[in-house]
Amino acid sequence: MVDLSKIVPLSPIQRRDFIKGALLAGLAGCTPHDPFTNEAKKENVQPSGEMVKLLSTTGEIIEVDKAYLKPTEEIPSISNMAERMGIEGKKFVMVIDLSRCRNLKKCQEACNHAHFVSDFQNWIKVYPMQDAETTAPFWQPTTCMHCDDPPCVKVCPVDATFKRQDGIVGIDADRCIGCRFCMAACPYSVRVFNWDKPIIPQAVKDLPYSIETSCPPKIGTVSKCDFCPDMARKGELPHCVTACPNGVFFFGDIYEDTVTNGSETVRFSELIRDRSGYRLMEELGTKPSVYYLPPVDRLFPFKNEQNS
Amino acid sequence: MSSTKITSDLLPQKFGKTGRIWTAFLILLCLNGLYCYYKQVTLGLGITGMRDYASWGIYISNFVFFVAISLVGSLITAIFRLTGVEWRTPLTRISEIIAVSAILFASIIIIVDMGRPERFTHLFLYGRLQSPIMWDVIVITTYLTISILFLYFPLLPDIPILIKNSKPGSRVQKFYKFIGSFWKGTAAQFKISENAVKIISVMIIPVALAIHTVTSWLFATTFRPGWDSTNFGAYFVSGAFLVGAGGVVVAMYVFRRAYKLEAYITDKHFNNMSKVVVMLALLYLYFNINEYLVPAFKMKKAEEHHLHSLFTGHFSGLFWSAIILGMIVPVVVLLFPKGRKPFPAFLMGILVVIGAWFKRFLIVTPTMLSPFLPMYDVPESYHHYIPTWEEWSITIGSLAGTLLIITIFTRLFPIIPIHETIEEMEHSKPEKT
Ligand code: SF4
Ligand code: SF4
Repeated sequence: MVDLSKIVPLSPIQRRDFIKGALLAGLAGCTPHDPFTNEAKKENVQPSGEMVKLLSTTGEIIEVDKAYLKPTEEIPSISNMAERMGIEGKKFVMVIDLSRCRNLKKCQEACNHAHFVSDFQNWIKVYPMQDAETTAPFWQPTTCMHCDDPPCVKVCPVDATFKRQDGIVGIDADRCIGCRFCMAACPYSVRVFNWDKPIIPQAVKDLPYSIETSCPPKIGTVSKCDFCPDMARKGELPHCVTACPNGVFFFGDIYEDTVTNGSETVRFSELIRDRSGYRLMEELGTKPSVYYLPPVDRLFPFKNEQNS
Repeated sequence: MSSTKITSDLLPQKFGKTGRIWTAFLILLCLNGLYCYYKQVTLGLGITGMRDYASWGIYISNFVFFVAISLVGSLITAIFRLTGVEWRTPLTRISEIIAVSAILFASIIIIVDMGRPERFTHLFLYGRLQSPIMWDVIVITTYLTISILFLYFPLLPDIPILIKNSKPGSRVQKFYKFIGSFWKGTAAQFKISENAVKIISVMIIPVALAIHTVTSWLFATTFRPGWDSTNFGAYFVSGAFLVGAGGVVVAMYVFRRAYKLEAYITDKHFNNMSKVVVMLALLYLYFNINEYLVPAFKMKKAEEHHLHSLFTGHFSGLFWSAIILGMIVPVVVLLFPKGRKPFPAFLMGILVVIGAWFKRFLIVTPTMLSPFLPMYDVPESYHHYIPTWEEWSITIGSLAGTLLIITIFTRLFPIIPIHETIEEMEHSKPEKT
């Protein structure tokens, strides 16, 4: 499989800005200056007189007649196979610092917006938690744990939910048969189902489904947090990480042993060791890739600011 | 009793007025179900009451119910045959047709539950053996095939009788000829058929146990409180035996009344089947105690919400009625000889079957609504599961569908094997006198 992302440097997110029938130069490279005009002349296209500016492959601005541009079908930047394989040599982890969370739900907002999550559904949930009556309450954001021994993957009959080499558990909505077995199996209740037709802009609806953006959502299939691998490919952080004003979320690569929340970058192993990081429901043996830092020395008092 | 009398007694009869009304009623229910399914396919599963937490609902309960009641085929035909229970002959075909139609609708209802039914073929294109769903697909197809053979082989000796007694040249007769005119009734054919039935009756038992165990594993392989149980396979098998036996008692009564079969399905059959029901109900009770008492005694945190909802909470009404009306009351009533008369046994059979249906609901829904992490940050409707009328219509349509298959089958074939009955009556005569 050819990794098209290396040839056409278009990320799926940028692709979303293209409306169907996007003007894409398919013949770049015929002449360095104006591949469009020459090729169009060969095909006997009549110029319309309306000129548009384009950036050529060599970085020059060129002017081309609008009639010479041919709308092409959307080309997915990465093949389905490459998306299933994942990014080589990476193993993504997330660290969630409970001492910083004040339930602002900016993470949730950004996530829902980026992934066109249906109304009333969330990939990130912020739970008010308390272990026992006498212990301190805290806010606990949860995403998909991208388990290393994921029960959802085990039960999926058609390989629609799968584990990638970079540790991400992805969903192929073109494959999913909607049996919802994975929802029954996930102990963290992070999966949501598209019960009704998703309400999304036509331009998004027309995109080919991408595992890395989980877009467009499809009726009758399951979706959940995907760790934003499309952002990782661009070298950027997941939407929740950048959206959180308190830097609750750290994201990184366990092989590099670094995680960052955008402003601070720290050694993952040191952070987990020094702050006694832990994972949720360790006893189930799912081996999550999301670590929590206990809510000690809290930056904010526990109160529900969101709903008040 | 002469063989001509037996034949004329047992030959399938044309529908009377009640028969026609009954069939029309079933067809109506099926059509209503189909209409709602059409609606579901076009609008999505959003028209059901299921949501992200209760993501399985009465479709899955119904599926488990169908799988459970289908066990009756192997119970009566195979286990009774192998253990030499002689009074089973009039019950074999009844139980086998219940099994076939139930398992057929089990496979249909599971497709109804899918969010993307048009991708059903993905199971074959991309199927992965590690998923218990694939195990279920395999074992259900096997069981369906074996059950159809089990219905078909013992039917063969009756087909010449049917051909002889149907209007020459009629469509029905052509149909009989199509499915069985190769059957000449020679000794060699009888031998082959008998051997085949013997082999199948041995084969069907492990497959039947497997289908229930695998269905229980659909639940038990997840971590959810209430399903995370090693008891589940045995619990499902015993429950399936119970509902199957209850179903046969009900069917026996209905057929006896509708086709005036008092001479063939006797009080003795009700008496014996009732005893079987008592034994199975006690067995199922035993597994229920295992299933609930042990976790309730420990009351682990994750189990707490689930068990409370069953014992004292939202589902307690249903839970205690399923236990008391579906198990304890039948046991008590059927312990008395008077309770084992046809009519009371019939009523108890109905209780067992309805109790079993609600029991399946109780296995699925309360667990789904007791997740490990609390239900939070979701709309109010996600906290409950109330099936919509469309869901009920589809479910009732599927139940009506099984009854419709059974009804049409009895219109075409003798519900009590004619040939076998004649044989038995002739054989037993000299012994008795
Ligand atoms: S958290 Fe749930 S959905 Fe995510 S990988 Fe683990 S089991 Fe699967
Ligand atoms: S709902 Fe889709 S992703 Fe989940 S187990 Fe079924 S096929 Fe796999």
